Amino acid sequence: QPVRLLGPGGLSTSLMCSACQSQPVPDGLQIVSFKWHHVEAPYIIAVWILVASLAKIVFHMSHKVTNVVPESALLIFLGLLLGGVVWGADHSASFTLTPTIFFFYLLPPIVLDAGYFMPNRLFFGNLGTILMYAVIGTVWNAALTGLSLYGVFLTGIMGPLQAGLLDFLLFGSLIAAVDPVAVLAVFEEVHVNDVLFIIVFGESLLNDAVTVVLYNVFDSFVAIGGENVTGVDCVKGIVSFFVVSIGGTLIGIIFALLLSFVTRFTKHVRIIEPGFVFIISYLSYLTSEMLSLSAILAITFAGVCCQKYVNANINEQSVTTVRYTMKMLASGSETIVFMFLGISAVDPNIWTWNTAFILLTLVFISVYRVIGVVIQTWLLNRYRMVQLEIIDQVVMSYGGLRGAVAFALVALLDPEKVKERNLFVSTTIIVVYFTVIFQGLTIKPLVSWLKVKRSEHRDPLLNEKLHGRAFDHILSAIEDISGQIGHNYMRDKWAKFERRFLSKLLMRRSAQKSRDQILNVFHELNIKDAISYVAEGERRGSLAFIRSASTDQLVNVDFSTQRPSIVDASVSALLRGNPSSVCLDMQAIEEKRKSVRDKEDTLSHHVLQQYLYKPRHQTRHKYSRHAITPNTEDNKQEKEIFRRTMKKRLESFKSTKLGVNYSKKSIKNYKKDCMPRKVNPEYSDIEEAHEHEVAHQDIGISFIASATRQALAETYNGIDNPTFISDENVMVRPAIPPWLSNEDTVVPSQRARVQIPWSPNNFRRLTPLRLSTRSVDSFQMADGPVPEHPRMTLPEGTHL
Amino acid sequence: MGATGSAVSRVPGADEIQKETGFSSAHIYRLYDRFQVLDKDDNGVLSRRDLQSIGELAVNPLGDRIIDAFFPNGVETIDFRSFVRILAHFRPTEENRQREPNASEPLNSRNSKLKFAFQLYDQDKDGKISRAELLQVLRMMVGVEVTDEQLESIADRTIQEADLDGDGTISFEEFKKSLEKVNIEQKMSIRFLR
Repeated sequence: QPVRLLGPGGLSTSLMCSACQSQPVPDGLQIVSFKWHHVEAPYIIAVWILVASLAKIVFHMSHKVTNVVPESALLIFLGLLLGGVVWGADHSASFTLTPTIFFFYLLPPIVLDAGYFMPNRLFFGNLGTILMYAVIGTVWNAALTGLSLYGVFLTGIMGPLQAGLLDFLLFGSLIAAVDPVAVLAVFEEVHVNDVLFIIVFGESLLNDAVTVVLYNVFDSFVAIGGENVTGVDCVKGIVSFFVVSIGGTLIGIIFALLLSFVTRFTKHVRIIEPGFVFIISYLSYLTSEMLSLSAILAITFAGVCCQKYVNANINEQSVTTVRYTMKMLASGSETIVFMFLGISAVDPNIWTWNTAFILLTLVFISVYRVIGVVIQTWLLNRYRMVQLEIIDQVVMSYGGLRGAVAFALVALLDPEKVKERNLFVSTTIIVVYFTVIFQGLTIKPLVSWLKVKRSEHRDPLLNEKLHGRAFDHILSAIEDISGQIGHNYMRDKWAKFERRFLSKLLMRRSAQKSRDQILNVFHELNIKDAISYVAEGERRGSLAFIRSASTDQLVNVDFSTQRPSIVDASVSALLRGNPSSVCLDMQAIEEKRKSVRDKEDTLSHHVLQQYLYKPRHQTRHKYSRHAITPNTEDNKQEKEIFRRTMKKRLESFKSTKLGVNYSKKSIKNYKKDCMPRKVNPEYSDIEEAHEHEVAHQDIGISFIASATRQALAETYNGIDNPTFISDENVMVRPAIPPWLSNEDTVVPSQRARVQIPWSPNNFRRLTPLRLSTRSVDSFQMADGPVPEHPRMTLPEGTHL
Repeated sequence: MGATGSAVSRVPGADEIQKETGFSSAHIYRLYDRFQVLDKDDNGVLSRRDLQSIGELAVNPLGDRIIDAFFPNGVETIDFRSFVRILAHFRPTEENRQREPNASEPLNSRNSKLKFAFQLYDQDKDGKISRAELLQVLRMMVGVEVTDEQLESIADRTIQEADLDGDGTISFEEFKKSLEKVNIEQKMSIRFLR
């Protein structure tokens, strides 16, 4: 409908629409006019989005409610309410969730979000399991549900229905699939371990291929007519499954490669970088849809494959922008989807009630899901490293929710071909409501009840907790060393291939370099590069953690005596601040034992529970629709540990590789040295050097100092290239065994500061000797008996 | 990657390794393959650097300690045999093994596993975990939000719980006793792939 813009004379003209033609021709200049039809379409869309978002605000005002009732359920209720309002006003269902809108606009952001934030390692590590559940499980569910319904239909309980076997199979295929939107919405509330999560979630994503194939196959069978289906058609159906799934995946991968490649060159157009991610991913969805392949698989894999390269290539603000935008779109879409699920139900025209059918559908899908899960789990456990236990199976069966995808698929059915479409639609709505609302509501209490039942009946001792966690870490490390995780052979090969070809092609040069720096252990790097890397990390990353209150509070901490335990006020503050992050086990144990344990003990346990680093299989790689923080929390733990490790290695590296020629900067940085301090003897004033050291230690992590120092350090003679003095290194072999070298920790201790200053003695010894060009000589001479000292005392002092 | 007789024979000292560690020849072959992957400069021994290049270890709080455990007594490189010997600690314990008299304790017995873990704590090898050593490990294993006072308090309680003879340190026996209810066989075993 053409729109005529305002003419130069200022006369307004209205949209040419049939309704408007009845408008009287204006006889004078209209200053203001109400042009509803002009804006109708976008206005309504905007209003609905606004309503949905406002609803979210209102829901989250009441924490109590959202703890119990999943948000999706609340949205459905709201939708029902609004639908009633609209119905009351208009007596026609003007707003429904049309399949077009759903499949083209609402679903892609949700699935892209899922793919982009997918924890790849976990996903591919469990891919076999996921595929099994997704493919075999869905086929099992679909076939059995359809057949059983047909069987019951034949017995006549359902009454007269104009449906044949194919119709039931068609219905079975669309109701069988677990829905990613619903699963995520509910699992968000329930904290399950990440293996379980990834299995259910992965299953919900990957079963799209099966659903698409089955749906299309049965749909066309129904169209052809039951009698005309031949064996060839069945074979074609099976073949089409492979084509659809593999084709969809390939399309996704191709577009991911395209996207990664493009982002490699976007250095100068930073502002529009985020746009590429969305556009190209969306194109993958549409392309796949166009070729009648699995669009969900395409966009999922586009997200999965591109995340690494995109994150490496685009600059940091763009990364944040992409993440937030994606979350926003996904969250918004999900909200709208659920709300419209509610609204669309209020349409008496489609309501057909058939008690037997509906009830039986519910029964069948639940029962067959349980049976399917149990059987498959039993089979899989024989090949899996990490076993899936009973509680996992319960969660998996109970968490198989149906959602909007099923609804959209059923709405797509042609009433001409499928006579009982309305019945199917009504049943689907009821099923979706049941799973989302009832199962969503009850899954959390069910899980916590099960977990409590299975948790230890006695208090785990502090020792057991601590050492237990240590064992987990040890085990992870051994697994990594021995390469025993999953199919490491494949993973190694893939990593090699990826590094040699893909990364070169798809990653920016600078990103490749920094990535290599991370994985190498400095043996080719100049120490300066290493320092700059860590300093860069400190600067870019959350300096906040370094400046945490606890470090600032650090005062005279004397480690030699047994200190009376102090109930630290900050601990309880920490505990209060984070009620939701305490896991269910802890709560259960605490509730049972509150009376028995004394307060301090409790605090110790709480602190351990909360702050012990998590071992790999427990790390919350949790995908969250509504928050980006889970990622950063993971990263936080990893960052902390990584920095520590790198600093440690840096120090041992420098102690073995380098000689005396440090720049002033590095000396100040490495405050805790077993070695005698190697001060750049350009310092004529030893006291000044000492003072500087103490001053820097006050700051905490001295790397912060280095960040500022770097500017100054440039003027000094940089550190000699280690390779230059590499031959002398052999002689500079520290006598101390490596594990005694300063185990660096994040927080320096006052004690350490007290320890260090004996080194000024060495300074005096060193300085005069500096004149020799073979700096190693001076080092050795200074080395003498002195190093024995710190080794005895330092382990006491410097480590904390 | 099944192990054939000829493949295993390529592994140096496979027979002794098998006897000493209890790994099957398939396992040994797999581990040898892994050893070769790790051995970047292909000289038949692993150095610290090779192990440090495993990225995941850098984000494992005890990563460096464990690497150190592979290089006992200050050696700089280890050969395949020593590599496997350490990994053998993590084989699943076999129940009801026929204990031959005078046979040395198998590497994967509960005791050996605990000894391995104990050695990670006990850096100065005096057979006891001192308060400072425990604090070291604690510091490595918790996030930075935990202050030193909290850590000390935890360390003190931990020692209190385990210390039976009141000397302020945890000996190996006390360590074992404090973990008697923990299923070490499960917690410190991995199923090696064939």
